[in-house]
Amino acid sequence: MSTFGPRHLLGIEPLTRAEIETVLELSGRFLEINERPIKKVPTLRGKTVINLFLEPSTRTRTSFEIAAKRLSADAVNISGSASSTVKGETLLDTARNLDAMSPDVVVVRHAQAGAAEMLAGRLRAAVVNAGDGAHEHPTQALLDCSTILAHKQRIAGLEVAICGDIRHSRVARSNIWALTKLGARVRLAAPRTLLAPGLAELGVPGAVAVHDRIEPALEGADVVMMLRIQKERMSGALFPDTREYSRTFGLNLARLSLAKPDAIVMHPGPLNRGVEIDSAVADGPRAVILDQVGRGVAVRMAVLYLLAGGETAE
Amino acid sequence: MALEIAELVPADERPFYIVGVRTGGAYLAQRIVGLLVDAGEPRPFSGAVDITLYRDDVFRGLPKPEIGPTDLVEPIDGRTIVLVDDVLYTGRTIRAAMDVLADYGRPSAVKLAALVDRGRRELPIQPDVVGVTVETNAAQSVRVMLAERSEPDRVVLRERRS
Repeated sequence: MSTFGPRHLLGIEPLTRAEIETVLELSGRFLEINERPIKKVPTLRGKTVINLFLEPSTRTRTSFEIAAKRLSADAVNISGSASSTVKGETLLDTARNLDAMSPDVVVVRHAQAGAAEMLAGRLRAAVVNAGDGAHEHPTQALLDCSTILAHKQRIAGLEVAICGDIRHSRVARSNIWALTKLGARVRLAAPRTLLAPGLAELGVPGAVAVHDRIEPALEGADVVMMLRIQKERMSGALFPDTREYSRTFGLNLARLSLAKPDAIVMHPGPLNRGVEIDSAVADGPRAVILDQVGRGVAVRMAVLYLLAGGETAE
Repeated sequence: MALEIAELVPADERPFYIVGVRTGGAYLAQRIVGLLVDAGEPRPFSGAVDITLYRDDVFRGLPKPEIGPTDLVEPIDGRTIVLVDDVLYTGRTIRAAMDVLADYGRPSAVKLAALVDRGRRELPIQPDVVGVTVETNAAQSVRVMLAERSEPDRVVLRERRS
């Protein structure tokens, strides 16, 4: 019944709607395992997953590690400061050496857009993009879609506002592809300095609108997705200061009241409280931020299952 | 068959648990629970296990993931469990189902009931209650059709087209 073609997960852009739906449907099944007293199934016993994280990460790396372990795969974590890249080894050389140890899946996070795709053609292992520069972060978009589905029972026809540092956000790009392929309309909102050329051309044609104020994006929205200001990716001053940013673009209760009364508030983390989101909103009844994190494990289990399993078929 | 299942479990081990193996066994387990209640027996706990993630051949024929939920709401610890499956064949499904149970707790005993036993076991597994025993060969297929799947209730033995 369901199908999943690709050998790697490099982004949402190359996926079909049916493939996105396969992952979402499958992740629903894996959610149940995370509620059991013994949170483990033997499915990927004997498989090896390497998490190669050359950028800081708590949530995503932990989530992939837990996902692998709950499927009984062996998970090995390599982080930037502990890797040979600090000795001058290139990403490709590091990855080829890891590949020589016969992992089944390599999960890679790297500051350079296209890093995962570059490896995908050169390794025997399946490659999962866990974030490449400002390009894509496909499992984040998939877990966001899973969260929206759980609260709204549908994605088609929804109005989704994505607000904040769009320019540096791989989360925004992956979500634009995922949400528009599933039939939602996306409104992007950021100060002009944090927008990028060509954003309106991403996703399904005609499904993306770009605003340089937050209010029109929030009006009547079903879902409000806030993004973190990524100071580490900024060179030079793209906005005056955080207080000014918070005053004009931060999500507080007053601004949230522009959205639909039953709108949900999402954030991929880590939160900058008082900057892009007020604590009253982040801790409020409409925030589903921790639900996103919980679903992340199930989504990554589904991804690992589909990619680590396919290779030994027949 | 439902009464035979009830007789498997001594009074001091009740209430017991009837657990169907998805998907056919789960429907049969529901029916057995209904029949027992109709016959004036106390209602047993009921549940279902999905063994897809526990199969020893999980990746043959992938990608075609069809994973159902496992439902064991009441704790299984210390209870007698009767596993119900529609067709008992190699025994590999039951082996997987027992692994699922082990991940949920430690039942005091696990029994096995199958509507059809078609023989040709590949593991040392024997049923306690059987509806019908049929001698088959590997080239045949046995399918249990059920009203729950909008089919007439029927067991079909067929030569597999090669």
